[in-house]
Amino acid sequence: MADLNIDDLLLKLLEEFDDIETENFTAETSFKDLEEWSSMQALVVIALVDEHYGVALTGEDLLNCDTVNDLYNLIEKKSS
Amino acid sequence: MIFQNAYYLPEAVLDNNNLEMLFPEWKAEAIEEKTGIWKRHCAAFDELSSDCAVNAAEQLFSQNPNLRNQIQFLIFVTQSQDHASPTTACIIQDRLGLKASIGAFDINLGCTGFVYGLSVAKGLIITNPHIENVMILTSETLTKYIHPKDKSARTIFGDAGTANVITRAMAENTGVFEFGTDGSGSEIMIKRNGSFRYPFNKVSALDYDDGYGNITNDEYFRMKGQDVFVFTLKRVPNLIKTVLKRNSFEMEDIDLFVFHQANGYLLEHLRKKLKIPQERFFTYIREVGNTVSSTIPIALNEAVKVNKIKSGTRVLVAAFGVGLSWAATIIEF
Repeated sequence: MADLNIDDLLLKLLEEFDDIETENFTAETSFKDLEEWSSMQALVVIALVDEHYGVALTGEDLLNCDTVNDLYNLIEKKSS
Repeated sequence: MIFQNAYYLPEAVLDNNNLEMLFPEWKAEAIEEKTGIWKRHCAAFDELSSDCAVNAAEQLFSQNPNLRNQIQFLIFVTQSQDHASPTTACIIQDRLGLKASIGAFDINLGCTGFVYGLSVAKGLIITNPHIENVMILTSETLTKYIHPKDKSARTIFGDAGTANVITRAMAENTGVFEFGTDGSGSEIMIKRNGSFRYPFNKVSALDYDDGYGNITNDEYFRMKGQDVFVFTLKRVPNLIKTVLKRNSFEMEDIDLFVFHQANGYLLEHLRKKLKIPQERFFTYIREVGNTVSSTIPIALNEAVKVNKIKSGTRVLVAAFGVGLSWAATIIEF
């Protein structure tokens, strides 16, 4: 499992989202405001978090977080 | 081959270009990349699951005319019956001109229905020396139950019917089953209103957004895709481990893994998680989508066509879905 840090999480998310530019993507970015955010893309995020951090997020979890930072905090909370 | 089967697909097709026209924010290629699906077939207004199943069975009978009289038990797997009563399998017995001296009943299960049906067929054959051939029909016309604006569900599901003859040799070559059920997850995939618990009412017809821009209401089949994903991550690895153990096999002993074809993206994630080499993991979803209880029979049919399943091939079949329900077994073809 990968060590959890915010930069690493940002990089992994960047690989999975086609429409975002690196310089605009920060911990404060709301990934849900991205045009390509959808129920399909939510599966991609769940898969990514499962594969790299061994944490199973639920649909409810994702509905309750907004920014990359929220996601980071959620993974941290669930992995401890 | 100890196993014979055939499948039927309704004529109308909904492909990713059609979906992009309906939902411009979803691009055809992106849908394929994220689901592994290019097209799905949709039953006509007056075409029922029993019709699809009968068509599949007639295909088998046209290849082998003697088979009709050799069927000694009929199991119809569906959640879209012709009537609340009688059992649709009884009606199909007549439509197919099967003998009157056979048993027939429905199994009301979705994605796992074929594997459960196979376990029942095996039980019938092993406990009744005179039963040599059990026919399992699977069919669902789920597209009729999907809200027109529920782009997520419309992307995933397609209609189909399959006919499968489980011979005594097949029953004897089918191993031990592993089953599982978790009704606490019933709301993850559900057609909630319209039966006894929740009749149709003014509220059930009100549309809502599932939080991801998919519009549905409680009179349609709806699915919380993310929670389905989480359910499979939680249950499937253990299902595979346990069914291998029950049958005294290791991962390496399995020639081919055939899972319920839920969603191409999910399947690929499971494959990697379970460290199954690509060449031993069969998928067939691009052309048909998720056909509920028919996905495994269709995949088996296609695997035989491309020679991935031959006489002697050891196949692990695993199904998981609505219920929540799961099951797996190992078959030596």
